[in-house]
Amino acid sequence: MKYSVLDIIKQGFGGNKGWQPLWRSPEPKPQYDVVIIGGGGHGLATAYYLAKTYGMRKIAVLEKGYIGGGNVGRNTTIVRADYGQKGNSAFYSHSLKLWNGMSQELNYNVMFSPRGLLELCHSDGQIEAYNRRANMILAQGDQAEMLDRAAVAEYAPYLGMENERFPIKGGLLQRSAGTARHDAVVWGYARGADALGVDIIQNCEVTGFDIEGGAVQGVQTSRGAIKAAKVAICVAGRSSQVAAMAGMRLPIESHVLQAFVTEGLKPFINTVINFGVGHFYISQSDKGGLVFGGDLDGYNSYAQRGSLGRVEHVAEAGMSMIPALGKARMLRSWGGIMDMSMDGSPIIDKTHISGLYFNGGWCYGGFKAIPASGSAYAQLLATGAVPDYASAYRLSRFETGHLINEEGTGARPGLH
Amino acid sequence: MRITCPHCGERDSREFKYSGEAKSASGSDFAATYLRDNPAGAHQELWQHLLGCRAWLMVERDTTSHAVLSVKEAGS
Repeated sequence: MKYSVLDIIKQGFGGNKGWQPLWRSPEPKPQYDVVIIGGGGHGLATAYYLAKTYGMRKIAVLEKGYIGGGNVGRNTTIVRADYGQKGNSAFYSHSLKLWNGMSQELNYNVMFSPRGLLELCHSDGQIEAYNRRANMILAQGDQAEMLDRAAVAEYAPYLGMENERFPIKGGLLQRSAGTARHDAVVWGYARGADALGVDIIQNCEVTGFDIEGGAVQGVQTSRGAIKAAKVAICVAGRSSQVAAMAGMRLPIESHVLQAFVTEGLKPFINTVINFGVGHFYISQSDKGGLVFGGDLDGYNSYAQRGSLGRVEHVAEAGMSMIPALGKARMLRSWGGIMDMSMDGSPIIDKTHISGLYFNGGWCYGGFKAIPASGSAYAQLLATGAVPDYASAYRLSRFETGHLINEEGTGARPGLH
Repeated sequence: MRITCPHCGERDSREFKYSGEAKSASGSDFAATYLRDNPAGAHQELWQHLLGCRAWLMVERDTTSHAVLSVKEAGS
């Protein structure tokens, strides 16, 4: 069913009783051409592009819980293309282009809102660094501009410009960046994939791989064995556990990242603001809640909740950047489990086991990557080669020394 | 999360600096530098009591619950 304005009017007159579920709940079949492990944004996008672009139909997405219940429902929905490293900049640039057309592509409103992203600068040195970053973004073909102090104050008048420790001296503004509705991205890709014949199987946990003679034959699941010549791991947050079932050790640690939301407020924060030196960022959701967060807690964790120390730090940084924030009441806080790779950049690649593929290590940047990651992974699964824009995300790069270390912090995942 | 320092007693985790998986290097330099077991469950890790006695501690902690299972001085 293709959605249109006419449908909304017709359904409105019919008491909205005619809407159909967005996807089926099929029983797993004994065999598929491709099995994708993980029904998050990346897994569902991969299934969608495999079916749409490469015409494959016998595809299953296996999800341990319910789709969209993991990190894709826990992130802070920011979409940007402001990376500086070769390998990253082309990838996120391509992803931002796909975000712009996503609602039309999926015939589903993902509420992508390019409301801009402002990165604050606090010293002459930092302004020089951001000038360089802005030029790199422009050279990649994306949008960036440098604002001086007065322009920052005009663009975001609620900022505490006189911050004693970190006075605001300027900022890098990417007007084409913004936010999207994360659940809608899940539901849109799920609906699109399902319509093309993909089986989305929820409450189906993979418990092992069937590997014979160095080639994958299928998977064992909580709902029985499923045969497949190609199996695609796509479970960022739990990559190490799933890969361990195939005997692999990964260059990944799992860390907890907390996020916070206030009660709904009238329009207040007009953009996404990144207060890098204070380790704080904020935007306002369409419902009105201020959505913000900071750095990782910094220790290995699968608990999906963090420590009070990080809560305090984020609140202090937020208050120092936007003093009025203290008037808002915090409604909820939560944690997500980040696949922190050893250089802070992701992995989309084959593994040493024939037919077994790996997508993970998204650190805290996975949401904005969903469309590009899905289309690159689909191309890898269908043709055996990744597109140029994702060609740097080799699993072997840690061994060959071709790291993509945006932060320059070395193999310390807690510091990326 | 609270960690019981063998010298200073039970203290808040904010006094400690985390330094990652505590595993003696084995295999290649590549594996020792970049590969991790990353278990969901008991994890051997190094913490330093930075805002206390500054001792390096070997902590066993459950990564699924943050429960500290044991603490001893590193190297002991």
